Formats: sequence, structure tokens, C-alpha cells
Amino acid sequence: MKITLWGTRGSLASPGPDTVRYGGNTSCVEVRNDADQLIVLDAGTGIRRLPPRLPNGTRRVDVLLSHLHMDHIQGLGFFDALYDPELEVHLWGPSSTSLDLFTRLTRYLSPPLFPVRLRDLDCTLHVHDIVPGPVDIPGFEITAARVCHPGQTLGYRIRADGHTLTYLSDHEPMLCARGFARGPEWTSGHDLAADTDLLLHDAQLTPEEYETRVGWGHSTLEQAARFAAATGAHRLVPFHHDPGHDDDLIDRRNRDLPRELLGACELVPMGEGDTLTV
Amino acid sequence: MAQQPIELILMRELAELLATPIFVVDGAGSLVFYNEPAEGLLGRRFEETGPMPAEEWSTVFGPFDADGRPMAPTELPLVIALREGHAAHETFAIRGYDGTVRSLEATAIPLIDARGQLVGAAALFWESVS
Repeated sequence: MKITLWGTRGSLASPGPDTVRYGGNTSCVEVRNDADQLIVLDAGTGIRRLPPRLPNGTRRVDVLLSHLHMDHIQGLGFFDALYDPELEVHLWGPSSTSLDLFTRLTRYLSPPLFPVRLRDLDCTLHVHDIVPGPVDIPGFEITAARVCHPGQTLGYRIRADGHTLTYLSDHEPMLCARGFARGPEWTSGHDLAADTDLLLHDAQLTPEEYETRVGWGHSTLEQAARFAAATGAHRLVPFHHDPGHDDDLIDRRNRDLPRELLGACELVPMGEGDTLTV
Repeated sequence: MAQQPIELILMRELAELLATPIFVVDGAGSLVFYNEPAEGLLGRRFEETGPMPAEEWSTVFGPFDADGRPMAPTELPLVIALREGHAAHETFAIRGYDGTVRSLEATAIPLIDARGQLVGAAALFWESVS
């Protein structure tokens, strides 16, 4: 399974000379299996860079949204695949108690916020409300579960070619785990991340920032490391960087992270455009 | 042990933070947590009792009606909330692990997730002043 990050930033796109290495685009991850089948995790501004890389002959693209905060859907309107009449695009996202996913997405993809309506796209569009559990996409075994983040938010565990990737872009497990002392049963996201080969996890905040943002749904790098150790994840990629954090600060945080927090897990910093094979 | 639904995890966290006694059960009716204020009324710490099935928690404390007669588990608000999927309120007495009989009022609510599935229930209870 090949994983490429097209957007690593959280909350707000933050391009500029200070963010060129880790990237300024918001959340978007390309995942391909050995058969070159592709899924896309989230549709932040990073998704704009993806279509030229679609494999030749691609007829279907699946985009899995973790939730509908703007930094995870803002790139949708600029995703060329949606305007390709040859393509079948499947949008997947969390179900809600009231409106279906299509209706909720039209709040953004309709005037006055966007000139094109969701129903007027050129591709063949399928929109799926995900209920926690298996997600049926050819070539992948995917499990979705609700995780601790404001609103309906999903994390994903993706298995292909004998390996697993866990995607927890916006996640504050420490809010309801008290240092994970209560064990797996009471740790948000645990079953998604247990023994996973690669964990992409929210590491947006510094410990100082976290003190004033408890309950905002995000984690520190230190918390992400402890979560990775507690779940037995093999490798941790810090993700969803704060728009106010420049490359040097992110480097410093990675360098200064007390390695004992990680347990047996390996820290693998990745920037926008980087690819990793698991 | 498998991870609990996020709604139960957050319910437990809320219970940990509140001064109101709270008793939390999962979708099968098994006790999964009661908080520190509840420990004072039930007479034992949760760490000592641990989780227990519905058949046990619904009978181990009595319960008794206003006339001191044993109540059927199906009359308890938490059981009603679980079985019927709506809030329920009742006044009754229990005998705690410490042997003390206390008159309680309890309001129970079902915990229903975004897809409409019952994932558990929670009862808020307090000592009756009358």
C-alpha cells in the first residue's frame, strides 16, 4: 500500500516560505493498493494536486471524508475528477442525526459559497452516508468508527495487501482517556489503531496550546505518541499541523519528543508530497 | 476487551466530571461505570465492584418501593430507558453495599447514537429528601 500526503495542515491552509517542507494545504491523503486502486482520505485543499496522478484508465475514485469541517472539504469544488464525465466518483462521509451527506455537502457546494451545485457536476456522483462499521470499497478492507472530535467525525482503518493504515486526522483521545489509564475499552480510536502498520494522527497542538484548547478535538504530538504506544501502532506520522506552526517548529517538536512516549513505535515525519509504502 | 462506542466513552467522561451520581450501562444493560458521587450512595467504589451484568446490578441493591416491597428490575428507570428507549423517572429505595438503606430518585435516559442505535443508558440519581 502506497500512501502520499497532499495536505498535512489542519484548520486553515497556510502556504508560505515557512511551510514549504511540511506543506500548507489542508488534509488530503492518497492511498493506493498494489493493484493501483485508489482511495482519497479527505478533501482539503491538498486534493487539487491529485488528479494529474490518477492512474491511466481510472474509472472510479472514492473519497472518504472524516468529517465536514471546512479544512476537510474545501478542496472538493476544485477536485477535477468531479468535472470528468468519464469518472465515477464516490463521496463517503459520516451520517448525521438529521440531514443526509448530500444535503449537508450542498451547504458548501452551492451558491453563494460556491458557483457549482453538487447536483450539476459532470462526473457520475454517488454520495454515501457511512454508519460505523465496514465500508465497502473494492480493493480495500475499510472500517469506520466515530472518534472523539466535535461533531460527527470518523476515523478509518484501511487494510490492503496485508498491511494496515489508520487515519485519525482530527482526534482528541486524551479528552476521554485520562492518559489511557482506563485501557483499550475506554480509549477513543483504539480499535482502529490497534497494531496498525502506519498511524496518521492529529498532532496539531503544542502542550502549551493544548492547555487552552481542551475539548477542541485535537492532540499534541506527545499525546499522539502516547496514543500510538498505547495502541501498539508500529509507525506514527504526525498530521494536521497547526496553521501557525512553521517547518522549524514542527522539526523541533519532532526532534525534542521524548522517545519513551512512543514505546516501540517509530516516529516518521512526512511532508506534503511525500510517499511512504507499507 | 473491545472498545466501547464513542458515545459511552464520552458519557463516562462526563460522569467523571460531574458531582451528580451517575450510573452507566451498555447496550446489553451491563453496568460499565458509576462515578465517585454514586459510590457514596452505593456504598462501594466502582474499582471494587467492576462491571456487572444487568441481572446482578438490578437486584443486588434491592430495590424496594415506598412501602418496602421488592421491586421488579423492569420497574427501574434504567431498565425502562433501555427496554423502551425513552426517559424514565422513579423514586425507590436501595440497600447499599455498606448495608445502609437510602431513598433515591433516579432519572434515566437512553443513549442513542446518530444512526438511531441504542448503545447504552445512563441514570442520574440523588438521595430523596422527603
